[in-house]
Amino acid sequence: VCIHRVRSCSSIRFIKSKYVCVFDKSALKFSHQQRLFRTSAVSCGQIVQFKLSDIGEGITEVTVKEWYIKEGDSVSQFDSICEVQSDKASVTITSRYDGIIRKLHYNLDEIAYVGKPLVDIEIDASKGVAPEEDVVETPPMSHEEHTHQEIKGHKTLATPAVRRLAMENNIKLSEVVGTGKDNRILKEDILNYLAKQTGAILPPSPKAEIIPPLPKSDTVPAAPKDKARKIPVPVSRPIVFSGKDKTEPITGFHKAMVKTMSAALKIPHFGYCDEIDLTQLVQLREELKPLAQIRGIKLSFMPFFIKAASLGLLQYPILNASLDESCQNVTYKASHNIGVAMDTEQGLIVPNVKNVQVCSVFEIASELNRLQSLGSAGQLGTNDLTGGTFTLSNIGTIGGTYAKPVILPPEVAIGALGKIQVLPRFNGKGEVFKAQIMNVSWSADHRIIDGATMARFSNLWKSYLENPASMLLDLK
Amino acid sequence: MVLQSLLKNCLQLSCILRTPKAGFRSTMSGGLIIQSTSNDVYQNLAVEDWILDHMNLENRQVLFLWRNSPAVVIGRHQNPWQEFNLRLLRQKNIKLARRRSGGGTVYHDLGNINLTFFTTRKKYERMENLKLVVKALKALRPQLDVHVTDRYDILLDRQYKISGTAAKLGRTTAYHHCTLLCNADKFVLSSVLKSPYKGLKSNATPSVPASVKNLFEEDPSLTCEMLLDAIAEEYATQHQIDHHITLINPADETLLPGINNKTKELQTWEWVYGKTPKFSVSTCFNMVYKDSFLDVKVDMDVKHGRIEVCNIDLPEQWLPPALCSELVKSLTGSKFCPNETTTLATTLLRVCPQDNELHSRWNLLCENMIMLM
Repeated sequence: VCIHRVRSCSSIRFIKSKYVCVFDKSALKFSHQQRLFRTSAVSCGQIVQFKLSDIGEGITEVTVKEWYIKEGDSVSQFDSICEVQSDKASVTITSRYDGIIRKLHYNLDEIAYVGKPLVDIEIDASKGVAPEEDVVETPPMSHEEHTHQEIKGHKTLATPAVRRLAMENNIKLSEVVGTGKDNRILKEDILNYLAKQTGAILPPSPKAEIIPPLPKSDTVPAAPKDKARKIPVPVSRPIVFSGKDKTEPITGFHKAMVKTMSAALKIPHFGYCDEIDLTQLVQLREELKPLAQIRGIKLSFMPFFIKAASLGLLQYPILNASLDESCQNVTYKASHNIGVAMDTEQGLIVPNVKNVQVCSVFEIASELNRLQSLGSAGQLGTNDLTGGTFTLSNIGTIGGTYAKPVILPPEVAIGALGKIQVLPRFNGKGEVFKAQIMNVSWSADHRIIDGATMARFSNLWKSYLENPASMLLDLK
Repeated sequence: MVLQSLLKNCLQLSCILRTPKAGFRSTMSGGLIIQSTSNDVYQNLAVEDWILDHMNLENRQVLFLWRNSPAVVIGRHQNPWQEFNLRLLRQKNIKLARRRSGGGTVYHDLGNINLTFFTTRKKYERMENLKLVVKALKALRPQLDVHVTDRYDILLDRQYKISGTAAKLGRTTAYHHCTLLCNADKFVLSSVLKSPYKGLKSNATPSVPASVKNLFEEDPSLTCEMLLDAIAEEYATQHQIDHHITLINPADETLLPGINNKTKELQTWEWVYGKTPKFSVSTCFNMVYKDSFLDVKVDMDVKHGRIEVCNIDLPEQWLPPALCSELVKSLTGSKFCPNETTTLATTLLRVCPQDNELHSRWNLLCENMIMLM
């Protein structure tokens, strides 16, 4: 029988229940005038003061450096409670009990004393878990072959949540093999036990639905009745999914992306796509690659794409312009600072190659190498990341053919390059030949750029790349 | 069942060690000496974690020998900005690791050896371990003047530190590890272990700087291999085991199940930087812009490696106030990291008025902010 009495406006005091008589009384202390919250009116808890155990080497005081829990959290036996430090030794203090943390006796960076209370834990007496007197003194479990049998005679380690799961599914904890630390039974162990029982596949993640059912039933994959992927019929046991939603605030880099993309939304985009035959360029690059290697530079296709774009921009400078906020003036940028979208750990960054209009293909390649190595090391400077006037995104290195790229303000155009595929095409004589085909998808700001301009620019760019020798005529 | 096979592997580990000899007891003898085949600081630290969590040291203690390619290793509760030159570290491509034990900051390279003594928590005894090391050194070179101080350092010639110590105590097991300078690059060591960051206030464990010396300078005939061997010999003698060093590969998932996860965790930003105790930065810097000098005052609170509070005091109207507050708002919540701030600052530029003057002022301010990180 549990009785509650409300003492003052903010404190509630617990009264010893019948269950508690099982415990060694000397280990228990009641804390008076504790600020406590009650989540349920039914269960009775016992407040136990968990003292800081001996660190060794005669140490009497330590500094509390980090708390892993806060007041109100539930803990299981062996969960980490805090990290304390003493004279170059860092010690992880683990809980002796299952229960709820009711009070932290120290703040961060305070000195804690060995033998004095560290935290107060409310033990859920109804679960009947007997706390051990001193975890440090108990002999470690003998790691022999018959550890499994020992589980049956020993207290099974499992968190209250796991115990509940087992109870709901009518599973005896002693029959489940634990794979956690010190043979503790984890949720996965219960799920595996269930799976073995029913032969059904419990989908722990969305991916599992794509995998065909493992116990090969008599349904032939070609059977017309089962067109969609077959999901096994759930058996009487409820399917348990233990995943949880996770909410995180958007910070730093992503916040900036949100701003940029929201601004990009204001730009009326139109798209224009085309197919480029890179057969000749592929051959040219093969010839030039070793030459570049000798000079210490890795030559990809991008330098060619970038240079051809710059040559195109010389004919169609409106694509290298910027529209002001009020849409009153358009500024034609003199420099062709062509941005190259890069995928890094953080996400998308767009460094740019400055003044492509006066750079050779080799110079562009060498600058790209520099930007790429800085980008992967996370060391790009502000200068490399600002001042872009036109962008190319080589999404094809990852995959894809056509795309719908988003213009990066304050620019007015962007091109996305798909992957190079070997496809059959007809030549002038009507014969089929192997062609290296790449798709390009342009997006442009329809407020100042019209479809015809974009198409003509694209055609020019395409002709330079399909017939690289023609670039020689216009190279400055 | 993972744990059982894991334990089988531990027994296997000890079986590898046992060269069949007459009258040799099986697993009840006192010790095991293992050496890492890897020079990757994260992998090696992960091995320490793994042993701490998975091995039963009741009947057998372990000595782990390892060396790392250039890396700076900070203690569990330290502040990297306070301890060394992060910028120089990044430039020189030196790795940064945060270990799980306490203590101060050290520089590792292949000229430094690391020793980890694993015992049960009850048998944790740092002095004994260090005395063992000193005994080994004296056995190798009797003329060496080396001794252990009460701060658990080993000094050469009573003045130069050649070894620093740290320890980690878990629930049932503990380890004590220390460094030993044989032939490390002292020049890089002293230039990296000097922090240029001003205005930091924190409760993080500070390092105690000391003059160091390489054993190689005292006796050029000494090599790391000789030192490792001498220490292993002494350990074997004291624990009454074979002088046999078992090589282990810290990437071997079958021998050490779960090790790759531990290695990965040690490399995450959240561990290396995010575990820095809360600190504040309060500093001013001057900017020179077109013949005018400007004073800027910056105050930031950093928690878990992220900027919690940010305040930038600029001369009035030097930058549009809306833009300034936009910068402050974006910085709040983002990582205290130059790369993050650079991408943030440059991305924000896209959505402000396209004015060259404005852009150069903005870039100047952001460059200076980035220098603080």
